Amino acid sequence: MASDGPADGVGGGRGAAMAQGLRAYGLIVGMWVRSTLAYRASFVMMAFGNFAATALDFVAIMLMFSQIDALGGFSLPEVAFLYGTSGVSLGLADLLLGSMDRLGRRVRDGTLDTLLLRPAPVFAQVAADRFALRRLGRITQSLLVLGWSLTRLDVDWTVGRMLMVPLMAVCGTAIFGAVFTAGAAFQFWAQDAAEVQNSFTYGGNAMLQYPPTVFAKDLVRGVTFLVPLAFVNWLPALRLLGRPDPLGLPGWADFLGPVVAALMCAGAAVAWRFGLRAYRSTGS
Amino acid sequence: MSGAAAAEQLIEVDGVEKVFSVRRKAGRLRRVRHEVRAVDGITFQVPRGEMVGYIGPNGAGKSTTIKMLTGILVPSGGRLRVAGIDPARERTRLARRIGVVFGQRTTLWWDLPLKDSYELVRRMYRVPDAVYRANLDRCIELLDLGPLLSVPVRQLSLGQRMRGDIAAALLHDPEVLYLDEPTIGLDVISKAKVRAFLREVNAERGTTVLLTTHDLTDIEQLCRRVMVIDHGHLVYDGGLDGLRAAGDGERTLVVDLERELPPIEGVPGARTVKVEGPRQWLAFPAAQSAAPLVAAVAERYPLVDLSVREPDIEDVIATLYAGGRVPEGRAAADPA
Repeated sequence: MASDGPADGVGGGRGAAMAQGLRAYGLIVGMWVRSTLAYRASFVMMAFGNFAATALDFVAIMLMFSQIDALGGFSLPEVAFLYGTSGVSLGLADLLLGSMDRLGRRVRDGTLDTLLLRPAPVFAQVAADRFALRRLGRITQSLLVLGWSLTRLDVDWTVGRMLMVPLMAVCGTAIFGAVFTAGAAFQFWAQDAAEVQNSFTYGGNAMLQYPPTVFAKDLVRGVTFLVPLAFVNWLPALRLLGRPDPLGLPGWADFLGPVVAALMCAGAAVAWRFGLRAYRSTGS
Repeated sequence: MSGAAAAEQLIEVDGVEKVFSVRRKAGRLRRVRHEVRAVDGITFQVPRGEMVGYIGPNGAGKSTTIKMLTGILVPSGGRLRVAGIDPARERTRLARRIGVVFGQRTTLWWDLPLKDSYELVRRMYRVPDAVYRANLDRCIELLDLGPLLSVPVRQLSLGQRMRGDIAAALLHDPEVLYLDEPTIGLDVISKAKVRAFLREVNAERGTTVLLTTHDLTDIEQLCRRVMVIDHGHLVYDGGLDGLRAAGDGERTLVVDLERELPPIEGVPGARTVKVEGPRQWLAFPAAQSAAPLVAAVAERYPLVDLSVREPDIEDVIATLYAGGRVPEGRAAADPA
């Protein structure tokens, strides 16, 4: 997503830097996966714990629906659809980039310097560091909920609508990934800011699990225009479920997901470059 | 070093500076910005194959220099080349050609066994299999790494970790090896092992080594050339002998007389600094020969035994630091 600052691309252009980054990411991730699987029982327990912790979320929603028939006008399968799409997106972004919130600590204790000594973009190294395969637990759980909701939803499944679901997951992952990246970039200046980013990622996910109709309009506006998390699942899901948009945006806004995702990734990449450049000119 | 004029200059540092802008609290809300010139216009060159000591008190600018030479930090001014590469602009290309060891922190992956870290280095640096095997085997043998390979880095002792780090820095056959305090916190045996290894790498591979240290024994045993930095300025660049002469420049003649006598007087160029029973200490300028002195003493006093003590390098450096003056002889800003 972001290469290593203008300085690094010089050798072979941006494409080469990207390829170098992906390769390094793959190498480091591969090693962490191997080392995780060396203790298989421990891995299974961790992944199950991750699965169970997120599953409790959904149990709470099911308990709620044992008392009510609709939440903000949404049925249980509809809420499950929101829950599943948001969960899969966050889960994937968390799996791929979730370790980036350690950047602040690396800046503080100086271990970021050791990453700058290796022949690979820093972004790839930071993203792959301590790759946590156990996070598959959250993804699995969200996929199960999503799968169940797809069998229950009252939607006329055309090919276009079917394709929208994986597209939502991809764009949602990119949007959450951009937030993880921008949050990490912010830590170049404010080393203790991991919680700020967590409130947008994990906190945002907790919000997107519920229908937008249960939240105050200003909050919905905030996650549409300020930090456009609404494009992860709310807006496309409203279209898919044939629901009106509480903000009354024009219809084409529902399809802006890929554009928003691309813009956010570009913004996050710029923030990352700025952060790394600032670090390299000032040190810790 | 004058003889190295024809040799390739592997490291070229020309008027390099690094200025940090620091904000400091002044009063409850006010913050004052002020500039810290961590490295203030230093110039030196290191020819291929040389082993150079880089010393100075804490905060003098040693680590900042190393960080600029590796491309971690971007200089505020001046020109810098390592193996012909501008480190700040082409950090990753340079990374393949240098090895770095930080004494204070490991460059290995903390939670992984040593051999996994090495494997990752091999693939990340694209080290050819044969080269990797040969280098690893040699490091395992010379640094006693065999029993440590399957131990996670976090469980290694400081000395073991340091050996592990040095091996990791050499697996890809770097042309330059930077060592930032490689012997800090090590016991005597580990220090000796590390030094012997570095000497061999330098001698056999011709690897250029730049090392910072607080342990002057490292310098004495490894480096013929030493650079002293203080307050961001290079205050000395030359041989170890020259550094001794550059200090206060006094050697000491220790004489044992037949019996207790009043302090020796009337020896030109020397003064008695200490008397302890029949033993007396005479200080004299380092540049002066001891022979006429000994003759003068022997002529007038019942001499039993004598020895000449070179100025202690630590004292010399302490005087350099305290005075902050540029010693005569070899001008620091102008390496021949």
